Amino acid sequence: MSTTTDIATGIRPFTVEISDEQIDNLRRRIEATRWPTPELVDDGSQGVQIAFLQELARYWLEDYDFGRLESRLNELPQFMTEIDGIGVHFIHVRSQHEGALPLIITHGWPGSIIEMLELIGPLTDPTSHGGEAEDAFDLVIPSIPGYGFSTQPAETGWNSARVAAAWAELMSRLGYTRYVAQGGDQGAGVTDAMGRIAPDGLIGLHFNFLDAIPKELLTAGFTPRIVFSHEEREQLGKVISVFMRGYISEMGEHPQSIGYSLMDSPVGLAAWMLDHDADSYAKISRAFLGGGPSGGLTRDAVLDNITLYWITGTGASTSRLYWETNKAAAASFKDPPPHVKLPVGFTVFPDELFQAPRHWVKHSYHHLEYFNEAARGGHFAAWEEPEIFAEEMRAAFKSLR
Amino acid sequence: MSVVEVSTEIRPFHAEIPQEEVDDLRRRLASTRWPDKETVGDGSQGVPLAKLQELVEYWATDYDWRRAEAELNALPQFITEIDGLDIHFIHVRSQREDAMPLIITHGWPGSIFELLKAIEPLTDPPDGADAFHVVIPSLPGYGFSGRPEAPGWNPDRIARAWDELMKRLGYDEYVAQGGDWGAVVTEAMGRQAPSGLLGIHVNLPASVPPDVEAASNGTGPVPEMTEEERAAFDGLIASRKSGFFGYFIALTSRPQAVGYGVTDSPAGLAAFFFWHPGFAAWSFGRDPDDPKSKDDVLDDISLYWLTNTAASSGRLYWEHGGAFPTSAAAMKVAEITVPVGVTVFGEDGFRPPESWTRRAYPTLIYVNKVDRGGHFAAWEQPQLFSEEVRAAFKPLREGRTA
Repeated sequence: MSTTTDIATGIRPFTVEISDEQIDNLRRRIEATRWPTPELVDDGSQGVQIAFLQELARYWLEDYDFGRLESRLNELPQFMTEIDGIGVHFIHVRSQHEGALPLIITHGWPGSIIEMLELIGPLTDPTSHGGEAEDAFDLVIPSIPGYGFSTQPAETGWNSARVAAAWAELMSRLGYTRYVAQGGDQGAGVTDAMGRIAPDGLIGLHFNFLDAIPKELLTAGFTPRIVFSHEEREQLGKVISVFMRGYISEMGEHPQSIGYSLMDSPVGLAAWMLDHDADSYAKISRAFLGGGPSGGLTRDAVLDNITLYWITGTGASTSRLYWETNKAAAASFKDPPPHVKLPVGFTVFPDELFQAPRHWVKHSYHHLEYFNEAARGGHFAAWEEPEIFAEEMRAAFKSLR
Repeated sequence: MSVVEVSTEIRPFHAEIPQEEVDDLRRRLASTRWPDKETVGDGSQGVPLAKLQELVEYWATDYDWRRAEAELNALPQFITEIDGLDIHFIHVRSQREDAMPLIITHGWPGSIFELLKAIEPLTDPPDGADAFHVVIPSLPGYGFSGRPEAPGWNPDRIARAWDELMKRLGYDEYVAQGGDWGAVVTEAMGRQAPSGLLGIHVNLPASVPPDVEAASNGTGPVPEMTEEERAAFDGLIASRKSGFFGYFIALTSRPQAVGYGVTDSPAGLAAFFFWHPGFAAWSFGRDPDDPKSKDDVLDDISLYWLTNTAASSGRLYWEHGGAFPTSAAAMKVAEITVPVGVTVFGEDGFRPPESWTRRAYPTLIYVNKVDRGGHFAAWEQPQLFSEEVRAAFKPLREGRTA
């Protein structure tokens, strides 16, 4: 007899269950890894260095507690609900404080809900984390379709806009009539799309990554004739180098082709995920090679994230979001989506892929109500610096309470 | 005084992959952990699950590496150390002593297996006057050649090694041929023009003129073009958007990031290779006019797997820094001083018009377009390929000193 599903909303509690068989299979594969010859350079310029990856594999096999992922997640209230044909998995933590502001945070790739776990305390229980009761948030952290424990779309069309519409339905289903949304990386794309749809109840947005780079800038960036300021040149150069790194073009083109090895080789999956950007690579590499972690990017937390991708078998399905993004970007070039009219907050993290100048952000979001440069943190800001990130949330959304 | 000994010894070579490696490959194939099916009904997200599963099932069961190995070992193979690296090569001499020496270079994700079917027509042609002595080396980091342990093995360096190889074999006068990476190496030889290199032939010509290239990537105005040129220009633009480009960017920028997965997962390696438009187009015998079988492509992929060269082969892209093999300016083909022959194969994705090729190569002596054959022309149409090589080099046979 099932009594746990709320019939009115179709929301049911969710518990992670990872079988011993799955763990054994993963361990066997790590142990049987067949390695390539070492890179020919003494830095990360050819990709993930073998000494780092071999140490990661050793730690994964010998020191990592495979029970961690399950127990960490199961300490939190998790739920599953069906939206638009997809089983959407989410963490939902209500604050004890009256009048908390509901906030939906969307992760990116190669991240997951794991990025956000250390934010939950500071955001929902601010009085225990240096904040005031009136800073409290009710927090919703969903897994994007095709990621983690959400189900994998079996059809095309699950782009940022469709995810955004599903999030609006989720918040409405949870009874939230006045809420805000936040995202970086692909989460910024989803949050941007929510702003353009502007569903009832959504009152503001915050980004820690500029997904909506003005297309005039992007076009101009690839054609060197237009004069830019020194700062713009530097940042445009960084934007372009993101596109030339490979993973965006690979997953944007042929997510299935790269997906096979991500599914079949845990070390291959780890390498592909760790090669995301030079800053996080350097920090995580240091953590494994004896230098200590940068904030929350600890060895165990990094492996929680990789293990989540492996156990859920989402190497290919997560990559497909880039394919969908490419299709959607091509369509929106012809038929631009509506402007974002909601108030927007933006935080620049110093080690992010690029540091969007204020006027770029203002160009995309006319109602830029909050703009700040944080002291520390990179692409995975919420994961790396949860306290700073939480302070940014409080400050950015203060005027909307 | 000390003498640095440089070994120029040429040692016979036989391929003998240990049985445990072959067993391990089969075990890995049988335990492949598959993703869900792609969300489209075609190849637009990459190699479809059903197609790859069919190939992998055959690979894991009925495919016989020992047959492929025996085919290789039926040919005279050698290893010699050049510039600090072991170079593996096939060397088949024609029965005609006066045959013209020819070095042919393979590409990626091809290998010496691309070229095996062309050996007989080239060494033993209907008219003995057309005969070649054929040398087919494995690129550094590929197949049974050594894997470089330091950067620097770019196409220019490989080209110098090939000249050394030919001289070491006693060939003072020779010609060179290549497609794909082989074309890049062969054109580098043409620029270096070592003594004795009589001419080159390529089937991936660097014909795209600078103004056309600038127009194709939006950095210049579209120049005046004939109808044929316009069609080729539109083809260039379409190919950039076709979704067969990511592997090029990834290998150029991050070969080691890609390398782990394809070294650890044979299904992942096969899928990665099918990214290449030349491979993706093959039908494995479903098309009665297409002679390539599953064995043909699995011989090649197995060679990469069993020699553990998936990562080392990809580094050639990194070494080359992303220059387009089709770009006349990037390949600096105007600097080639030896005679050049070009054949455009009609089923290759890149089919430059003759006018571009004539502009690109100042020393062009032969240019032709044939209907059949694709990117891996020697593999797909060995007879036709051999006819083109004979025709291209025919004018160079007269006046040879040998």
